[in-house]
Amino acid sequence: MKSNPIERLINGIVKENPTFVLMLGMCPTLAVTTSAINGAGMGLSTTAVLMFSNLIIGLMRNIIPDRVRIPGYIVIIASLVTVVQFLLQGYVPSLNASLGIYIPLIVVNCIILGRAESFASKNGAVLSFFDGVGMGLGFTIALTVIGAFRELLGAGTIFGTKIMPAAYEPITIFILAPGAFFVLACLVAVQNKVRNKKPKKAGEPQASGCGDCASCGNGACGSRFFDNSVDDK
Amino acid sequence: MSNLLLVAIGAALVNNVVLSQFLGLCPFLGVSKKVETAGGMGAAVIFVITIASAVTYFVYAGILVPFHLEYLQTIAFILVIAALVQFVEMFLKKSMPALYESLGVYLPLITTNCAVLGVALNNVQYDYNFITSVVNGFGVAVGFTIAIVILAGIREKLEYNNIPESFKGMPITLVTAGLMAIAFFGFSGII
Repeated sequence: MKSNPIERLINGIVKENPTFVLMLGMCPTLAVTTSAINGAGMGLSTTAVLMFSNLIIGLMRNIIPDRVRIPGYIVIIASLVTVVQFLLQGYVPSLNASLGIYIPLIVVNCIILGRAESFASKNGAVLSFFDGVGMGLGFTIALTVIGAFRELLGAGTIFGTKIMPAAYEPITIFILAPGAFFVLACLVAVQNKVRNKKPKKAGEPQASGCGDCASCGNGACGSRFFDNSVDDK
Repeated sequence: MSNLLLVAIGAALVNNVVLSQFLGLCPFLGVSKKVETAGGMGAAVIFVITIASAVTYFVYAGILVPFHLEYLQTIAFILVIAALVQFVEMFLKKSMPALYESLGVYLPLITTNCAVLGVALNNVQYDYNFITSVVNGFGVAVGFTIAIVILAGIREKLEYNNIPESFKGMPITLVTAGLMAIAFFGFSGII
């Protein structure tokens, strides 16, 4: 394990970007990115939860018994999500209204539990905190990019500012549900194209953008529950 | 009665949980390579979501509301769901080994399926009574099953097609899902 906070930040944003490379947390990625501002809001809320959950779990990793660690992590994460929800309700009610049910659903975002299990449970609090910040920022950037694309094509604006000329007829489907799938498909395809051009190094993590990544991302969280349940017997 | 039917159809087709609300996408994209496994996942989801809607209703109306603890709903629901999944798994293993064999591996994965928590939160948000909550949960889960089985069927066929290099795997699956979402828009006229 490298022990450099800066390296952790870059790792989260570029090398192991949770959305584009690891394919984790797809539900909020597609659901709330109808505009750039919603994407950024969701990304920042998740970042807040992620960095504090990593910090707390990093501090408590020696106190929580191994057998009940997953329920323990979930309680910590759920408490943080509730705090974030209250803050949003109090200070940015409009964002809270447009994100709606997806705020409480941050609890089941694979990224958070995944980082808690694979990083924070093995590393110190400071390093875990920076890992959370890096991962969160990577997620925020990905969501903002997807949101900006959809907003530009679907409404002709970015962050609410008019970009396209007045003659541009907005392609409404991009801010509806199917558009989310199409935009993400194209972004992953572009990423595959770039990745395929580079000479492949041996041992480099191959995110071929395949369904396997989604399933292993999912399996990463799910199989841990499975392992846990096996341990219990 | 017709009201319940409307809720069920609305949840299953019109507001399809995966294609219009984006809940439960991880298993939708991850476990949809073969029709058989997709069907197994769907069955497990129907089973768990229906029970979870009933249990979370009692937890909310019976415990959280009388004690004015509504703000604890996220924590309470996720714990109830996680415990429920373990409990269902143990129960099935003991009393219905055949069903357990067929659902086995999918059950633990369901805890991280955000559709389960999403349904519980939606039931509370829309103020559904007990029967409506259960019917809504069942409808949502049936909608999930329909979507994942159709996607798996299409993906099996896609294996034989000539797909551009960059679109292989995830991107083409997403495009397929997008086209399915457009098709499901057609249902919005029936209510």
